[in-house]
Amino acid sequence: MTTEVSTDKVEETIYDGLVELGTERSALSREATLESLDIDSLDLVELAQIVEDEFGVELRGDDVKDVRTVGEVIELVVAKAG
Amino acid sequence: MTRRVVITGVGAITPLGVGSDALVGRWSAGECGIEDGVGRCREFDPLDSLSRKEARRLDRFAQMAIAAAAEAIAEAGIEAELPYPGHRIGCVIGTGIGGLPSLEEQQGKLLESGPKAVSPLAVPLMMGNAAAAAVAMRHGLHGHTYGVVSACAAGAHALGDASRIIRAGDADMVIAGGAEAAITGVASAAFKAMGATSASGISRPFDARRDGFVMGEGAGVLVLEEAEAAAARGAEVLGELRGYGATCDGFHLTAPQPEGLEAARAISLALADAGLSATDVDYVNAHGTSTPLNDRSETMALKLALGERAADVPVSSTKSAVGHLLGAAGAVEAIATVGALRNRLAPPTLGWGEAEADLDLDYIPGAARPLENGDGALVAISNSFGFGGHNAVLCLAA
Repeated sequence: MTTEVSTDKVEETIYDGLVELGTERSALSREATLESLDIDSLDLVELAQIVEDEFGVELRGDDVKDVRTVGEVIELVVAKAG
Repeated sequence: MTRRVVITGVGAITPLGVGSDALVGRWSAGECGIEDGVGRCREFDPLDSLSRKEARRLDRFAQMAIAAAAEAIAEAGIEAELPYPGHRIGCVIGTGIGGLPSLEEQQGKLLESGPKAVSPLAVPLMMGNAAAAAVAMRHGLHGHTYGVVSACAAGAHALGDASRIIRAGDADMVIAGGAEAAITGVASAAFKAMGATSASGISRPFDARRDGFVMGEGAGVLVLEEAEAAAARGAEVLGELRGYGATCDGFHLTAPQPEGLEAARAISLALADAGLSATDVDYVNAHGTSTPLNDRSETMALKLALGERAADVPVSSTKSAVGHLLGAAGAVEAIATVGALRNRLAPPTLGWGEAEADLDLDYIPGAARPLENGDGALVAISNSFGFGGHNAVLCLAA
């Protein structure tokens, strides 16, 4: 059972996921770069697991290798789900 | 030129509390950290020394190693800037098992939800070298860095190996110790199944009523430093790691060789390495697990290695106060030993009250005992023995 995909819902899931991984909520924005948030490749794999559990969308390493900001992660998930 | 190894900082997380002062002070005062038959570090909060992100990327044993290392490094007077180039500082931290809580949690996810549910952090969480890697990463250390795995001798092997690295000239400082957090369902059941743990839940080493060890957890980390380099930077010297002896029984997977032959040889090697003899030993910090087999064979080993001195030298077991910290034990006990020598006060073997035939050493029953040797440095040996027949003995002075 997966959740219906809307941009707002994806943003909420990604934000909650990043907080779960240790990022401060106050530092989160769509413009924030993954580098500035100290999000590395291990975090992205964990985030991909959260996204797949929630929306049934599978993110592979190739999908996220060029992603630079939180907003780009959200857009990628929305696009893949569509 | 002979390079000597001094101790310039110590840090401990134990069932007696957070910090080496809690370990040494509370044990000397006769306090016991064991509750309900288990030695948990109830006062340890990983978020006191780690960010949320660091904490979730480290298993409990590595979290405790980070906290113990931070205390030791601060005591050594090291702030943001390291006293030597990073490649001249190593980190060697032992563990008996490694990240067992993480392994069990991930195994649960695998069985419940399949392979896709297993965390990408599972391997770095459970690997036995995680504590050494994490401490090196946090402090920017680039010298010899690895974990030591030799069951309950791992902490002592780590310190002994670290001292060898410094003496060989490969490093000027090594952050060394042991860490363990294996009070889990599998480990508790497994030790119970082999009859190693106490059914009564009481740790009373060398007592006739002893019935096995009490599981404990914790970490001990020491800053070891080449003596002249430490003096040149004006570091306070807490003690000296004078000698190290290591042998293997080559006898049985779990049982010690009954006469303690190889354990005795490790003690003799440590003393010879220190340039000392049995008559120089002022205190023995025993492995003293409270198992029927260890305490008997260790008593025989001490008699064999120390000869007539064995009848007089005070002997006590830290495990009477904290339980058995497995791979952390040797390091935590080295810290307790240095504390005893510095305070000139040997803590007691708590709970000792009933003698057994041939177990007739001075086990320091009751209360702590003053140690006297004029104004000179006091000398101790600290024994650690592990399943697999591993024997590691340190000769410490302060």
